[in-house]
Amino acid sequence: MVEWTDQERSILNAIFSSLDYEDVGPKALSRCLIVYPWTQRYFAGFGNLYNPEAIKPNPNIANHGIKVLHGLDRAELSVLHSEKLHVDPDNFKLLSDCLTIVIATKMGNAFTGVIQAASRSSCSVLPRTFHGARTSVEKRLRSFEIMAH
Amino acid sequence: MTQHLTAKDKQVVTTFWSKIASKADDLGAESMLVTVYPQTKTYFTHWKDTSASSTQVRKHGITVMGGVREAIGKIDNLTGGLLTLSELHAFTLRVDPANFKLFTQCMLLVSAIMFPNDFTPEVHLAMDKFMAALARALSEKYR
Repeated sequence: MVEWTDQERSILNAIFSSLDYEDVGPKALSRCLIVYPWTQRYFAGFGNLYNPEAIKPNPNIANHGIKVLHGLDRAELSVLHSEKLHVDPDNFKLLSDCLTIVIATKMGNAFTGVIQAASRSSCSVLPRTFHGARTSVEKRLRSFEIMAH
Repeated sequence: MTQHLTAKDKQVVTTFWSKIASKADDLGAESMLVTVYPQTKTYFTHWKDTSASSTQVRKHGITVMGGVREAIGKIDNLTGGLLTLSELHAFTLRVDPANFKLFTQCMLLVSAIMFPNDFTPEVHLAMDKFMAALARALSEKYR
């Protein structure tokens, strides 16, 4: 299991509690499928993924994107993805990159502002907390991956 | 993986660049590689201050971004166009090419913050491909 520091936990809560899952989930997953098209291999039954114009409004992808955000701390889903669905673990890093970008797009400068407020270090440097936010999101997906082992 | 930039990729990149070019200095200064990935500080031991607000850090971000600007101007022949820069990085600076990927990640993330409406998935894809091609061209002279 991944060990969380108090700071990481607070950064993560600050970010995720402010997110609209119904918006961010679909955007993160569809961005992943567009920017890293080989990830589409796992979504054969999800309908038309032929191009970005088809991926973005695809309701099956949207629903799955929302599910992904809700399910990030459920161990049984991690086992499912690794053992039944055989998802290459690298894909979690790709999704994590896209999720971070979507969060940054939505929050803008607040992305770093929220982090600063959540950060307990009195001399926190903007980018260090930014880095903390980024690695926290990555770590959350990594823990999802590790839960299966 | 070797990917080639398609005509569409180049068009998306140059269009996006024309929208953000006036803010390129800010983008560079904010793509604070040194502070987000502390291991990169090893290249800057001659700087006293390596925080995000450091003038040297921000100035260097602007310099690097100038390189990106140059590359965009040479998008039709990155390998040939960036030979001198490649030699600089390979023989003088000796930057481990893994760091090109880190810079890309920072730059794309700051792009998302600064230009949320323009940094669409399609633009993200083209910029990611472009930066990978740029990194390959920069690594050309390494060995």
